[in-house]
Amino acid sequence: MNTLSPGVEEFETSIAEVDRAAVKVDVKNLDFFYGKSRALKGVTIPFARNKATALIGPSGCGKSTLLRTLNRMYALYPGQRAEGEIVLDGENILASGVDLAKLRARVGMVFQKPTPFPMSIYDNVAFGVRLYENLSKADMDARVEEALTRAALWTEVKDNLKGSGLGLSGGQQQRLCVARGVAVRPEVLLLDEPTSALDPISSAKLEETVTQLKADHTIIIVTHNLGQAARVSDYTGFMYLGELVEFGATDEVFTRPATRRTSDYITGRFG
Amino acid sequence: MSAGKLVRRRVGDLAFKAFCWVVTALALVALAAILWSLLAQGFGGLNLEVFTKSTPAPGSPGGLANAIAGSIMMCVLAMVMAVTIGVLAGTWLAEYGGRSKYGAVVRFLNDVLLSAPSILVGLFVYEILVFPFHGFSGFAGSVALALLAVPVITRTTEDVLLLQASTLREAGVALGAPLSYVIRLILWRSARAGLLTGALLAFARISGETAPLLFTALNNQFFSLDLRHPTANLPVVIFNFALSAYDDWRKLAWAGALLIAATVLAVTIVARIVAQEQKRS
Repeated sequence: MNTLSPGVEEFETSIAEVDRAAVKVDVKNLDFFYGKSRALKGVTIPFARNKATALIGPSGCGKSTLLRTLNRMYALYPGQRAEGEIVLDGENILASGVDLAKLRARVGMVFQKPTPFPMSIYDNVAFGVRLYENLSKADMDARVEEALTRAALWTEVKDNLKGSGLGLSGGQQQRLCVARGVAVRPEVLLLDEPTSALDPISSAKLEETVTQLKADHTIIIVTHNLGQAARVSDYTGFMYLGELVEFGATDEVFTRPATRRTSDYITGRFG
Repeated sequence: MSAGKLVRRRVGDLAFKAFCWVVTALALVALAAILWSLLAQGFGGLNLEVFTKSTPAPGSPGGLANAIAGSIMMCVLAMVMAVTIGVLAGTWLAEYGGRSKYGAVVRFLNDVLLSAPSILVGLFVYEILVFPFHGFSGFAGSVALALLAVPVITRTTEDVLLLQASTLREAGVALGAPLSYVIRLILWRSARAGLLTGALLAFARISGETAPLLFTALNNQFFSLDLRHPTANLPVVIFNFALSAYDDWRKLAWAGALLIAATVLAVTIVARIVAQEQKRS
């Protein structure tokens, strides 16, 4: 049970217990501020290693904000700050002195809109790798192929690796961004509504990709598509007005939601 | 609604459209007249000697070779300085300090410089580079030109960088790249057409500037590639020759004016083509 700040009507919450040993990223009592406005209120949520956790909730509920704290993307913007603890493998990444570039190499991110860099497909994938590893041409070729294969894009682009990444279709661009993200072998991969700008067929391909990526990565995916959350995730967190209302195994949350608000949301009564 | 009101509205609409059309035509007629007189008067003066011989004494044969060489050298040096300073300053405004109070002050001062009279810039450089070192020089001339180009480039750089999607910036940072890498390897590349357009606009602005060169580069009758001394340049030669009483000098002035106009036109067309190319890729 969570207690809200005084003056706010108290609502029921339900946070399931998880195996502590399997937790990769442990968010504890996280508050987030855009200037003076508080966007996250005491969020506590564990993300399990090599599992996919979906964050769902209506627009503005704070799920993207939560995602952007996990690689400290918000640090690009003065005036935004996080308070609390986010423990990645025993280290609090909110502490001062954390090397943000290194953190982001460990915690990758794919955005809502495809963002290919203005360079060739090959260079797009190699970009992040070159920052941290000094690979031979052959090793780099192999890494690029591996990443594109895992993102289910290799067969479509293997004859056009020198072509511009901007020349691909929207769905291909998004899978290119996934390839670029996994090429650096991050431990955690954050996906911020990765299919909202894609057609159904591209979305299905990307979901398949996400399912396969779980073998090596801890996946955290923000989505508005409840079907998608049910299909790809092992755990689901439902957020509302900046707090985590319910967290548990996806099957449980979708079939036997523990709180009224979760059940109202997933049955389409609001949101 | 009454029929009278509808008619009145339609007439008003037509009148406004006609007014816009006429005013646009007026502006175009003025431009065409300028270009026409340039072509008519300048084309006759163009010949090989214009490019091979230096400015003559009245009545003897000669060309503009010294002025053309001086203008090219000063403009190129000015652009090197201005692009370096302008792109970095614009980048700072867009990516680092733009939201701070200091950033706002810098942006405001840059806008003031953008519209500063060029003769003031010439006087300023005279005070800091000509007077203390007891001599006019091509170097001082290029500094004056650079000062005119910097605000243009700073402004366009900031604008085109801010036009880049913030997601592109975040995507680069999300891979673990420091912001400076993202700027150099991704944002500048993504904005290259806009950056180039800004530089070419600045070039177009300085290529015809006369006032700042009068106090700095002055002029030189002879062909010289040494920027430490007074340096001939097209605008000042045009200024001097056009006001002279000699027909052959006035002819050269027209030819010089045509050269500048043709260069600016060519540069503008190149900028357009580059911008189009970028849009397509």
